[in-house]
Amino acid sequence: MLLLKDREKEIPSSEITPKNTYEAFQMNRRALMAGLGAMGVAAALPRQAGAEVKIDGLVTTPYAVPDRAVTPEEKAKSYNNFYEFGEDKGDPAKNAYKLRTYPWNVSVEGLVAKPRTFQFGELFHLRPMESRVYRFRCVEAWSMVIPWDGYSLAELIKVVEPLPKAKFVQFISVENSKEEILPDGIRWPYSEGLRMDEAMNPLTLLTFGSYGETLANQQGAPVRVIVPWKYGFKSAKSIVKIKFVEKMPETTWNDLASDEYGFYSNVNPTVDHPRWTQAHERLLNTNSIFPKVVPTLMFNGYADQVASMYAGMDLRKNY
Amino acid sequence: MPSRAIPYVKVLVHALCLLPALLLLRMYFNGTLALEADPVNYITHFTGDWALWMLLGSLTITPLRRLVSALSWTIRLRRMIGLYAFFYATLHLLTYVLLFSGFDVPAAVAGVRAGHLMEPWTQLKLIWPTMLDDLKKRKFIQVGLAAWTILLVLAVTSPQRVLRAMGGKNWQRVHRLVYLAGMLACVHFWWLVKTGVRTPWKVTAVLSLLLVMRVGYWGLKKMKTGKVAVAA
Repeated sequence: MLLLKDREKEIPSSEITPKNTYEAFQMNRRALMAGLGAMGVAAALPRQAGAEVKIDGLVTTPYAVPDRAVTPEEKAKSYNNFYEFGEDKGDPAKNAYKLRTYPWNVSVEGLVAKPRTFQFGELFHLRPMESRVYRFRCVEAWSMVIPWDGYSLAELIKVVEPLPKAKFVQFISVENSKEEILPDGIRWPYSEGLRMDEAMNPLTLLTFGSYGETLANQQGAPVRVIVPWKYGFKSAKSIVKIKFVEKMPETTWNDLASDEYGFYSNVNPTVDHPRWTQAHERLLNTNSIFPKVVPTLMFNGYADQVASMYAGMDLRKNY
Repeated sequence: MPSRAIPYVKVLVHALCLLPALLLLRMYFNGTLALEADPVNYITHFTGDWALWMLLGSLTITPLRRLVSALSWTIRLRRMIGLYAFFYATLHLLTYVLLFSGFDVPAAVAGVRAGHLMEPWTQLKLIWPTMLDDLKKRKFIQVGLAAWTILLVLAVTSPQRVLRAMGGKNWQRVHRLVYLAGMLACVHFWWLVKTGVRTPWKVTAVLSLLLVMRVGYWGLKKMKTGKVAVAA
């Protein structure tokens, strides 16, 4: 069901959706209707490149950030580091409409007993979709508070049965020069990784939506991970491959500048980035030009759930 | 350009140079600035970009005059554009001090309104240690501050009276520091972007071209005067 809001009002030409955006929207909408079947879809009007569709039957969870307001949705969807679509944080919202998110397959492979290629719909319906509000801390020292929709990555991992030799999980993002800009200077496709215990941690969310809707392309549609106690770049977007490996995988930013971005990249106020302090962050959760600058929390405030995984490790060395 | 027209041109250039600042103010008042996802980041880049562009603008005048003699009157705009570079660089620095560093603007404003005129100072003292620490640790802030300091010196020594008091030779020596300021500003830009990001290449290319043109001109002049000397 497509609800057209404010039908009677005359639409200014500035608001008319460009044809390609509309086509992408239609395509995605059809894809979702077909692919998700039982989900029961109510489409929201596209704002910009929006092909986001409301997700029904979300399970509410205790994951919340009671002391911080949720970031306005427009901000979360217009300020994205998604270098495949340009280097400026405003670029992905302008360019990512070109990404075709249907059909979409995710190959889960490597050191697992049951390797398998999942069609997007299968992955979407594997487990009930939960809504979780997480702090989101970018390595650039700004942060947001975002309600994500998904289920624990652990649920998927259990299905494919990793072999004892599998020590790390690697995520490969989509690489497609027809739809993406893929700027020089970075080796594509984007690759990220987690240690097995990090990937199995219940906080690690296989994410399909935000704000109760499917992900906008610029947020990494149709499926990404969210690892809330790590800097944002660890949370790979638009994933096409999940690979179980024995050795620590090469990851994009670590590969580019290992002195700036470690493999772990846990949010840690005591370890500065060479060019800026990580002790505090600009909290982007209001429509005010005077930002609240707040102290950054160890493990982004998730120490209780994750600190034990790093017991005995020198986090100054393993940054 | 008849010299009678120059005052009008100056007014026009003033208006053009102020336009970016006015646009930013307009964005503040009509609320679009607040809707930017990260307003502080936006202001920082906006003022930094314009400072750099103004600096490049003022550095364009000399090579332009040498190439096109009909444009030699533009020398009368050079100081003004240079001062606007300083103006935007100062806004850029203030953005860092007042918005980036954690300075509590609402608290400072509320304090002043309640009659505590020293409140902004108190707030500044609160963030001072963090800022010094930042300056000590970060090379890109150091070179940025160095570039701003040069522009400050040039701005202070820019009036005709100061020029006369210093003597043309000395004045020119000091004002050649503008090349260093340009280079430092570019280094500042390169050092602040992420590894792999190449956004600063355009301004770097323009600055390089402007500097190479000067070196070329200087070399040519050397060669010519050399020849003259030999002929004589």
